[in-house]
Amino acid sequence: MGKTLFDKVWDAHVVKQLDGGNEVLYIDRHLIHEVTSPQAFEELKQRKLPLFRKGQMVATPDHNIPTQNQHLPIKDALSKHQVDTLVKNCEDFNVELYGLGHPYQGIVHVIGPELGITLPGRTMVCGDSHTSTHGAFGAIAFGIGTSQVTQVMASQCLLQIKPKTMRITVDGVLNPGVSAKDIILHIISQLTAAGGTGYFVEYAGSAITSLSMEARMTICNMSIEMGARGGMIAPDQTTYDYIEGRQYAPKGQEFEQALTYWKTLHTDVDVQFDKEYHYDAADIAPMLTYGTNPGMGIKITEAIPETLGAANQDSFNKSLNYMGFSPGESLIGKAITHVFIGSCTNSRIEDLRIVADYVKGKKKSDGVNAMIVPGSKQVEKQAIEEGIDKVLQEAGFELREPGCSACLAMNEDKVPAGAYCVSTSNRNFEGRQGPGSRTLLASPLVAAVTAIEGKIVDITKYLN
Amino acid sequence: MEKFSKIISTAVPLPNQDIDTDQIIPARFLKATTRAGFGDNLFRDWRYNPDNSPKTDFPLNDSTYSGEILVAGRNFGCGSSREHAAWALYDYGFKVVVSSFFADIFKGNALNNGLLPVQVSDEFLSKLTEAIQKDPSVELSVDLEKQSISFDGGTESFEVNSYKKECLINGYDDIDYLVNIKNEIEAYEASSITI
Repeated sequence: MGKTLFDKVWDAHVVKQLDGGNEVLYIDRHLIHEVTSPQAFEELKQRKLPLFRKGQMVATPDHNIPTQNQHLPIKDALSKHQVDTLVKNCEDFNVELYGLGHPYQGIVHVIGPELGITLPGRTMVCGDSHTSTHGAFGAIAFGIGTSQVTQVMASQCLLQIKPKTMRITVDGVLNPGVSAKDIILHIISQLTAAGGTGYFVEYAGSAITSLSMEARMTICNMSIEMGARGGMIAPDQTTYDYIEGRQYAPKGQEFEQALTYWKTLHTDVDVQFDKEYHYDAADIAPMLTYGTNPGMGIKITEAIPETLGAANQDSFNKSLNYMGFSPGESLIGKAITHVFIGSCTNSRIEDLRIVADYVKGKKKSDGVNAMIVPGSKQVEKQAIEEGIDKVLQEAGFELREPGCSACLAMNEDKVPAGAYCVSTSNRNFEGRQGPGSRTLLASPLVAAVTAIEGKIVDITKYLN
Repeated sequence: MEKFSKIISTAVPLPNQDIDTDQIIPARFLKATTRAGFGDNLFRDWRYNPDNSPKTDFPLNDSTYSGEILVAGRNFGCGSSREHAAWALYDYGFKVVVSSFFADIFKGNALNNGLLPVQVSDEFLSKLTEAIQKDPSVELSVDLEKQSISFDGGTESFEVNSYKKECLINGYDDIDYLVNIKNEIEAYEASSITI
């Protein structure tokens, strides 16, 4: 019997098999940021352990930094201390750091791919659950806790039990106005926030392979929102074209050698997955979440369900109560005061282009407070080169500086209590965007249309 | 890591489903650079009003409930990989979390910090939750060696990876092991294709 893409990459990284199903898995690249690394460095120091492979680590601050005036000292004392601690640790341990103001700084999951650090067949980890993003390149990439960050620092390995495999196939052609974000919100709404727990997902099918790398990253990014450790897409010409020429990508003959290997990274024909799901692209429409986990999603034109079943009734009621919605209610026409476009899910150049294309020549609704936060300095630079900043400015938006921003509201970018925010980020948990904030997850296009209209609309009626 | 042995304790019920790590410890409390003190902000926004007064209807603020065991709803610990969630629960005083389903990353983080995730059936969980809500003095016994959880109303066995079980009982962690096999890791590096 053949092997899955996941098995091929995993098996190539097993250093050793142990009793009880545990395996020592070798990690090729380790990304770190300011929030989940300080305690790991501290532990290394306490145990007097060296960094095992410092050349396989890259650091950048992203979670806890301001998105305005990044050239000035950080005002919040605790945030400043945390970012300074990252700088100090990277100096002490000689780790490559793209600090604030560096042309490569940005959200870890945006800079890994754009610098060519993320490559097919690699294993990658980061103390952040959205590390699944990198799977878009055919890498095995997953989020880890700080104790595991320490393990990778000390040994470049992790003890892991191999997850089960799941394939999600989406075939067909997407309808106008439907994007990668809608595909993944649709899938999670079908499988629930726990439907992928214990599995590593491979996304396949013509609707997936026709997507750009940016769009594939959006899909893999949200794998964790259904509980899966990661998601992968087999590399193809789109992947190779994206990688070629990037800063740390293999060059010349090395690239050709790599390409030969990458072309073997696909699931064989005669393979049995532990679970399989199939979707038709034509059934997917622009999506929106109405509740407090990413599985609570509907087509914008659908009503909120009456119930999610007796076993879930208490949680369903609690969720709708928090959001201020009622069972069976339609969200069309609902006034929206906040729009956030950014996060490791949707802050890449393609996302900003979609927004700029739509808002060009229009004006943002007066009642809307909109934040647009690019994923990295390189995305910001590209946006300025393409004149996207000007288009946004003329439409009443502001392009901020890169960071995680209002996706998790660790910095001052918060949505006020009780306010509704249509957000291109990945989590609609209670208080995620600030205490009492109410998040509705959506695609960049839906967010852009909402910002112009100041309310939820059926966006398909607004497209040219 | 502290050694884990048998625990006999009363429990605190929190029967919500899908309790995500943003509820366990909101992101704005992740600015610390040490592991200490996260218990103060455990379940911050469910536990306290915006003016910092305790919410009286939240189980952690209900003096009838106490103990080292948290009995939560299905799919506990979903969302972010922040290990601060496990630190906050442990720092507050919990040694065991009981649920009928755990998110993967949280489960791993808990085990790496001496906090035992005990996965039971939905039926056992609802029976247990009801029993505690009816009588907060109900005692639970969690025996890691025997992999069993019991109270007056029943007993159930639970799964735990044999390696992790050894680690918990002896207070070892993965770093001890991985650092000891450095030669094997170097041998792997020398033999594998690196791109």
